[in-house]
Amino acid sequence: MMNRNWYSNLGFGSLYLSTFLVVGFIAVILWDLIYKGAPSWNWTFFSEGPQEGMTKGGIFPVIVGTFYVTLISTIASLPLGIGTAIYLQEYAPDNLLTRLIRSSIRNLAGVPSVIFGLFGLVLFVQHMQMGTSLLASGLTLGLLTLPTVVASTEEALRNVPQSYREGALALGATQWEVIWHQVLPAASSGIWTGAMLAISRAAGETAPILFTGVTFYQRFLPQSLFHEFMAMPYHIFILSTQHHAIEIVTPIAYGTALLLLVQILILQMIAFYLRYKQTSTRR
Amino acid sequence: MSQMKLEAKGLDLFFGAKHVLKKVSIRIPDKQVTALIGPSGCGKSTLLRCFNRMHDLNPMAKLKGDVLFEGQDIHLSKAAELRQKVGMVFQKPNPFPQSIFDNVAYGLRLSQKLTKSELEYKVKAALSQAHLIDELPDLKASAMELSGGQQQRLCIARAVAVSPSVLLMDEPCSALDPISTRKVEELVLQLKSDYCVVIVTHNMQQAKRVSDLTAFMYMGELIEFSETRQLFDKASHELTRNYLEGSFG
Repeated sequence: MMNRNWYSNLGFGSLYLSTFLVVGFIAVILWDLIYKGAPSWNWTFFSEGPQEGMTKGGIFPVIVGTFYVTLISTIASLPLGIGTAIYLQEYAPDNLLTRLIRSSIRNLAGVPSVIFGLFGLVLFVQHMQMGTSLLASGLTLGLLTLPTVVASTEEALRNVPQSYREGALALGATQWEVIWHQVLPAASSGIWTGAMLAISRAAGETAPILFTGVTFYQRFLPQSLFHEFMAMPYHIFILSTQHHAIEIVTPIAYGTALLLLVQILILQMIAFYLRYKQTSTRR
Repeated sequence: MSQMKLEAKGLDLFFGAKHVLKKVSIRIPDKQVTALIGPSGCGKSTLLRCFNRMHDLNPMAKLKGDVLFEGQDIHLSKAAELRQKVGMVFQKPNPFPQSIFDNVAYGLRLSQKLTKSELEYKVKAALSQAHLIDELPDLKASAMELSGGQQQRLCIARAVAVSPSVLLMDEPCSALDPISTRKVEELVLQLKSDYCVVIVTHNMQQAKRVSDLTAFMYMGELIEFSETRQLFDKASHELTRNYLEGSFG
């Protein structure tokens, strides 16, 4: 009896310890970011561009660049990904070909982002002659997030009870009407959850945009889809490793990192809320 | 003989290699309740689903033989148009996760261009036909909050709202408590003055209570089909008698 208790305590003890370690690491990272990043947050930080060799001023163009490139990637990946998922889940027959397509998409989600960057460089920048630009970067990020969008949309569609489809069909709806009127609304919170995760992933990626359009500094905001742009993940990298006066710009790097984290946190919270709403309305 | 509402002629159905319906021929008249009974897996629900082409969804299903609606081959018209005339109520209540009103209005919105007041009128008419209107103070409330029995009657209201001429019911009471079951049965008896009702049930008492005609199926075959009283009192086939006496099934 003693022995069993002892094992049980040891077991729980190690579980507590691992949880504590994980939470501890997160807390340290957060604390470090807030402690070193928050002081640089002020109005100038958000509203103005870098000044005096990036040692002063803010990160306004960086924020705008990240916003643009994320927006483009979202516009590119959401319709394509959701459409693919609808086709695979609702229309495509279950055969060798569709299973192959499905597993390829799954595997695509595991491809390192640097490979996507390389691919984007060859396809968009060089072959399609977009140059290093917002558009090329946005499309590359769109490709990167596509598998996530497809997989999460498929999952959301699979979770819609078959009885909704049958109910609508039995009332004389065509398959398209069933999908449009019943399946998509029932799956929408799941789809949006996946979309939020995809968007937050796109906003934080560095490698793909590094190959295809991000620049470490430019004086103006990008005026068209074919301009280069600044972006938060790359800005952090530049300020912390490539700058000649690292000590001076470190607070700006931390401030940027904190903003990136807050932005991702907000997107994840929206995703969390949508998931919560889904589980509370479907009973 | 007058024209039958629904008819199957030498109907065979396969799910992949599995032979589920074997040479089934049945003629179902209008304005009567026809019950399909038989042990689980005998093909009664499968047969029911042939009449509104619900097997279209299943790529494994292969159908041979003819299914006629008002004398016309049902595979010659569009499935969606057929299903507006041949409505269906399922085993488990399956309201859409929307308001009560929208549930009933869905079929109407699909097929008809109605003004707001016409739509409201028809929705309320369907709900009162299902004896549900008095129990529902707020039609904007979510259908998911209704009790199981109310949900099933809502599904019946939803089906009759588009004024079909046939109502297929697939074990509509199997998920309901006795009181809700009685309400649905009363409803079925009233509906038969306007509709051809086909009801699948594994409850023989229910078949006795609500149906005019009863078909007994076994292992994918239609064994016997006659007036309900005759089938229950003096079935001509031994399998039917054994089943009714409860010796199997």
